[in-house]
Amino acid sequence: MSMRPARTTSLRRMMAVQLVSAAAVLATVLIFLFQSFSRQIAEESQDNVLLASATSILESISARDGALSVDIPYAALSMLGSISDDRVFYRVDFGQETLTGYGDLPRATDLPNASGFTTVEYKGADTRIVSATRNLSVDGQSRSVIVSVGQTQEGLAERLRELFWTAILIGAGFFAFSAGLALWASSRVFRPLSALATSVSRRGPNDLRPFLKPAPEEMLPLVAALNGFTERLSRSLSRSEDFITEAAHRVRTPLATVRTQAEVLFRRIERDENRHAMREMIRAVDESSRAAGQLLDQAMVTLRTDALDRSDVDLAECLRDVVERFRAVADLRDIDLRMDLEPEIHIRADPILIQNAVTNLLDNAIKYAPMETEVSVSMHRDDKRIAITISDQGRGFDEDSEADLFARFVRGAASSGTVGSGLGLTIANEVFTAHGGAVELTNNLEGPGACVIAYLPA
Amino acid sequence: MHVWGNKAQQCFNGGKFADMRFLLIEDNEQLAKAIRDRLGLDGHIVDHAPNLDEAKHYINTSEFDLVLLDIMLPDGDGRTLLSYVRAAKMDTPVIVLTARSEVSDRVSILDLGADDYLTKPFDFSELEARVRAVLRRRGGGTATVQTIGDIKFNRMAGTLILAGGPVELRNKELRLFEVFADNPNMIFSKPKLVDRLFSYEEDVSENAIEVYVARLRKHLAGSRVSITTLRGSGYRLSVS
Ligand SMILES: Nc1ncnc2c1ncn2[C@@H]1O[C@H](COP(=O)(O)OP(=O)(O)O)[C@@H](O)[C@H]1O
Ligand SMILES: [Mg+2]
Repeated sequence: MSMRPARTTSLRRMMAVQLVSAAAVLATVLIFLFQSFSRQIAEESQDNVLLASATSILESISARDGALSVDIPYAALSMLGSISDDRVFYRVDFGQETLTGYGDLPRATDLPNASGFTTVEYKGADTRIVSATRNLSVDGQSRSVIVSVGQTQEGLAERLRELFWTAILIGAGFFAFSAGLALWASSRVFRPLSALATSVSRRGPNDLRPFLKPAPEEMLPLVAALNGFTERLSRSLSRSEDFITEAAHRVRTPLATVRTQAEVLFRRIERDENRHAMREMIRAVDESSRAAGQLLDQAMVTLRTDALDRSDVDLAECLRDVVERFRAVADLRDIDLRMDLEPEIHIRADPILIQNAVTNLLDNAIKYAPMETEVSVSMHRDDKRIAITISDQGRGFDEDSEADLFARFVRGAASSGTVGSGLGLTIANEVFTAHGGAVELTNNLEGPGACVIAYLPA
Repeated sequence: MHVWGNKAQQCFNGGKFADMRFLLIEDNEQLAKAIRDRLGLDGHIVDHAPNLDEAKHYINTSEFDLVLLDIMLPDGDGRTLLSYVRAAKMDTPVIVLTARSEVSDRVSILDLGADDYLTKPFDFSELEARVRAVLRRRGGGTATVQTIGDIKFNRMAGTLILAGGPVELRNKELRLFEVFADNPNMIFSKPKLVDRLFSYEEDVSENAIEVYVARLRKHLAGSRVSITTLRGSGYRLSVS
């Protein structure tokens, strides 16, 4: 019967989603950085080898006998082969004249004493070209020698593609790992919250002590608010109980005085009409005190059924106490009280409520049955439930016209001439319903009389 | 050390509900006075203590047949007196008069050692019935048997012993015979007998008395004891 507010997005899910998207962004950035960094490194290493190759060719050029001798060292070109299988081109220029190599190989910027790099399309492939310059004097004339070495970039592209997949793999791994971490963290962050919820719900209905277990700083305001609330609740509950107790005392004591004085007066009155009036007065006092008592009882019963204070109850013993208390009253009407209670039945219940409920049922049986009859109280258990049966030999229930007897203040056909409030069955029904049972109003199968059965789960 | 206590058996004169000594512990003066007056009508003597302190004083200095104890007292909870009485091993019966709802208490009053309890306001015929029941339980078999003419009357057992054997009386028959047996030469009018026998809750006509008188006469048939009708004034027990 507990009410739940509408559900908005789960905090835990919100946090997990945020953390996981952050992980996704990070993974993407990582892939990007890794890729551009690895491209840069790959390009730089090609450039370095190209430059080294060009420099060693440049170094190997010497002027001898007024002529330039170009003797391209093997290592200069083989070092290029060591980084990839790409095709290699070279060209050596002296002034305007190409000494050796591919004359149509484009040159990178030919700045003096400096080297330049460029990437151009050459022979249908992207080619990286380096040009290095050196001044040489031949015949007293100083001119610059330009060595250009080129290498296609197919291997590089291949390697970059490989690196791309590696980057993707690393990024995906990173993402998976950090997403897992995020999920774990978000479930962990809310663990104290669910721990608090569990400890709130595991409490007994009457346990209104404050929560004093250590809690994370962020949760302290929540715990403080919760404690404030339970304190207010417990104060208001005990105020209601005090109020009912106080009200009962205030109302019943003067009524008792009036009733007792009326009885004293009644004994002294001789005249018939005065006696009649006095009797009416006593009945009116009984009527109002009964109504007040039952109203207060019902308020208390409602308070107690809201939060059942269950303990282990020996049902036969509990019922015997009630029946024994009725002996004196039953005797006054020469009613025989019979008991047939199955022993050894233990239930978890609020014994005071059960006794009050049965008191109300037994009160009816004795009140509505004629003098010198029999009222019996029996209690038996089958595998499904426990049945407490109270049967009398009165007029019983009129099943057509008395459908509503459980409602407050409703009295039935049998009630004329008896003092009552119409709350007895209401209370009994409320108590048994709160214990997971029910009350059934029937008549005896054999012979006249009511047969009220109260059920409890076995 | 306490003289209080064992009087119940002796004084509860074979089940006779009269001339008993009550201690009434009740803080409301008007109610206390009314109860005193009402019990006085049945021939009882009532001492009144308005608080726990005086109640303890009475208990330690006098003997009582029964204690009527209010629960809410100005100087504390009447239940502490119950524990006081029980701890001192006094066996005077205690009937609690409570204005509280039974449902307000977590522990039943009976579990605290009271013999019985009544919620205010209460019917004195119910109080009488409960006092009788409590004293019967306490007194056990100390009933005395009263001899009237050629019959014997055992109040405690509720039997008349005639020459032909014992006769069991129903409660109302017993009460009625008791009224006659306690006052052998007195004349009782029907209304007076109705007052004695029925509570105010019941709407009984005076004819009901005739029914019970007729039954008693049937039981007494053959003995020297009879209930005679005095035209216009009532009934009287007579022994021929
Ligand atoms: N044992 C019974 N026999 C006949 N009628 C009964 C019995 N118990 C209850 N009732 C009917 O149910 C009505 C409601 O009972 P209850 O709620 O106890 O109120 P009250 O007894 O104060 O009238 C009674 O007025 C009476 O008509
Ligand atoms: Mg009722």
